[in-house]
Amino acid sequence: MEQPLWEVFIRSRQGLDHKHVGSLHAADAKMAIESARDVYTRRMEGVSIWVVESKHIHASNPEEAGSFFDPAEDKIYRHPTFYKLPDEVEYM
Amino acid sequence: MDTEALQQSFNEKIDKDIRIEPKDWMPADYRKTLIRQIGQHAHSEIVGMLPEANWITRAPTLRRKCILIAKVQDEAGHGLYLYCAAETLNITREEMTEQLLTGKAKYSSIFNYPTLSWADMGAIGWLVDGAAIINQIPLCRTSYGPYARGMVRICKEESFHQRQGFDILLSLCRGSEAQKAMAQDALNRWWWPSLMMFGPRDADSPHTIQSMKWKIKRFTNDELRQKFVDMCAQQVEVLGLQIPDPELKWNEARGHYDFGEIHWDEFWNVVKGNGPCNKERIAARTRAHEEGEWVRRAALAYAQKQKSGISESQTAKATIKE
Repeated sequence: MEQPLWEVFIRSRQGLDHKHVGSLHAADAKMAIESARDVYTRRMEGVSIWVVESKHIHASNPEEAGSFFDPAEDKIYRHPTFYKLPDEVEYM
Repeated sequence: MDTEALQQSFNEKIDKDIRIEPKDWMPADYRKTLIRQIGQHAHSEIVGMLPEANWITRAPTLRRKCILIAKVQDEAGHGLYLYCAAETLNITREEMTEQLLTGKAKYSSIFNYPTLSWADMGAIGWLVDGAAIINQIPLCRTSYGPYARGMVRICKEESFHQRQGFDILLSLCRGSEAQKAMAQDALNRWWWPSLMMFGPRDADSPHTIQSMKWKIKRFTNDELRQKFVDMCAQQVEVLGLQIPDPELKWNEARGHYDFGEIHWDEFWNVVKGNGPCNKERIAARTRAHEEGEWVRRAALAYAQKQKSGISESQTAKATIKE
């Protein structure tokens, strides 16, 4: 039987987000975290590690990415640059 | 979407240098080529630990020993990054391990040569890791996302490997006559196998054209090999050693060094499994895999037990509440 696959997330510095760095096989969460330390932080790349069993990750479907993300596409008024300010307003 | 539309959208992504990700549609041959290449690459990292591990206990100083251990540990890490990248293409780790141990999958033929002296650690770092870097830097831009990301991480670590090797050779070259002779002997034995690391000539490389079209490869074998020769021909002067090739000569018109013909019979012979250490390497991997079997089983059994332990105690609590 194969050991389950885990996705590894690392916080590189205090104050930053955990970021996905890769995956590895391990029997349980504790071993996954220890292996993640050895595999992904040999040069002080992290101060905190999250592991999640890969089977628990749900993802959007790339084939439907077009229609799925479509609602955001035509709403340029969500960006500040959409609005023209009179010259008198120096800073906003 | 029908296959034709999917193929077209795949082609567009490749043309625009948009990375292909695991769940994206891809042609079956693209997937197959990647599994073969990433798998070979991963196996090379893992088997590549063996020739160097041979010298860990005999490193001349504690400092050199620490460095060598760190380097070998990096190689294990590189193998793992790559196995994980390959697994995103729907092949399991077990299948890949089996392909390696049964000889169905190849690994770099360089690791089938023996490491006879301490100077070989220098030659491997300088030449073998140097060649690997030249191969790997363009792979940071390869079209398959997980492979490219793995390569970025690997390249960051690889430069230490090359420098520590050069440093070993430099120390020997600045030492006694006997030490310098040892360094020259290592260079003599590792030079040609290192040139072979770039694979067959372009004309004899069946996969190159398609891999270039898919932007898996960015340069051909011969282009990369030339880059390597040019780099070494200059660096060897700092060492004061001789590259064992009487035909090695600067060619002003080409702007490159000319070099002699590789013994391709030897190359194919080692690829086919008849190199000096092919059997020894696979035997060592097989032994490690078999001897580790009980550890993997025990870890899994322990994890299972912990899980069922938790659910039992939760059930117990629930019963008490009732």
